[in-house]
Amino acid sequence: MAAESQFHVLAVDDSLIDRKLIERLLKTSSCQVTTVDSGSKALEFLGLYEADTTNPNTASTFPNNHQEVEVNLVITDYCMPGMTGYDLLKKIKESSSLKNIPVVIMSSENVPSRISRCLEEGAEEFFLKPVRLSDLNKLRPHMLKTKIKDQNKKQGKQEEKASFQSPKEQEQEEEHQQQLLQQKQQQQQSSNNKRKAIEEGLSPERTRLRYNGITTVV
Amino acid sequence: MLGLAADRLRADMNRLLAFLFHQGILDEQFLQLQQLQDESSPNFVSEVVNIYFHESEKLLRNLRSLLMDREFLDYRKMGNHLNQFMGSSSSIGAKRVRNVCVAFRAASEHNNRAGCLTALELLEHEYCFLKNKLHELFQIQQQRVLATGVRYPM
Repeated sequence: MAAESQFHVLAVDDSLIDRKLIERLLKTSSCQVTTVDSGSKALEFLGLYEADTTNPNTASTFPNNHQEVEVNLVITDYCMPGMTGYDLLKKIKESSSLKNIPVVIMSSENVPSRISRCLEEGAEEFFLKPVRLSDLNKLRPHMLKTKIKDQNKKQGKQEEKASFQSPKEQEQEEEHQQQLLQQKQQQQQSSNNKRKAIEEGLSPERTRLRYNGITTVV
Repeated sequence: MLGLAADRLRADMNRLLAFLFHQGILDEQFLQLQQLQDESSPNFVSEVVNIYFHESEKLLRNLRSLLMDREFLDYRKMGNHLNQFMGSSSSIGAKRVRNVCVAFRAASEHNNRAGCLTALELLEHEYCFLKNKLHELFQIQQQRVLATGVRYPM
């Protein structure tokens, strides 16, 4: 029986104090942590390199197939010089190799349009700073999802011949269950959004969920 | 005898903390910091606070030199420094310092030089006061460690 390995979180923040804080919070939550001080360093760590850095308009990214380190979640500050947390989020979600990594945004400012923009782009959560331990408890289900997916992929290959349920059916079932989990979390989020102050006019139901490239409107 | 000294020190510490919270100098975020300190990270609070001191003093120097420029006052740069100062103050629970930063930022957004100068002086004052109090707090805690060997919980 394989032992459950720790979750590995990549934390991105240009503030040294906030890096220290988030690192301590994550370690207290039994996570492995890597901290970087910029979006570009985060992409480097994730194995994504900017091909053309001279002309930002035509910059394209290509994946480094040798992504050595598994990252279960990226948590990033929104306001950073150069690449913002939002830019980083976009780049991750646009990458075929990285788009399934859950991304969480942190910000010291409560700007509803900013929050909904990030959620629509695929961020799982938006935390107001200073981040608390209780906020980090919300991360577990998101990270668990990626572990289940990875385990399923491996299982699917091993049990290809032996199983009564084909790997594809298994994956579809898993997807369905995870979508239910997502919807449930969405409902939980809408009733428990003290920390994530969204203005009254904007209901969470209008947030688009993105899963495996399929855009679902809940 | 050691026990009495430890009790007295703990009382001193609690009294100082109560004062700081009551005056709004610190808020519950500081408590969060304390809760994150344990045997695996026994100096966490003082480490973070010392980084805060170091960064804050740099920011204050930058703000003062920006305001000393009689010809061109770079309000945008001031805003950036203030955002950073606000963020770090909020992260360690330095409520009053953060609030002065907010007022300072408002003055700079209105291109109000006089307002900025006043705000800077107030900011320097609040920061000094906070630094002194936190040093006092750390001193008491050091004495507690010497008296009891206990560094955590706080």
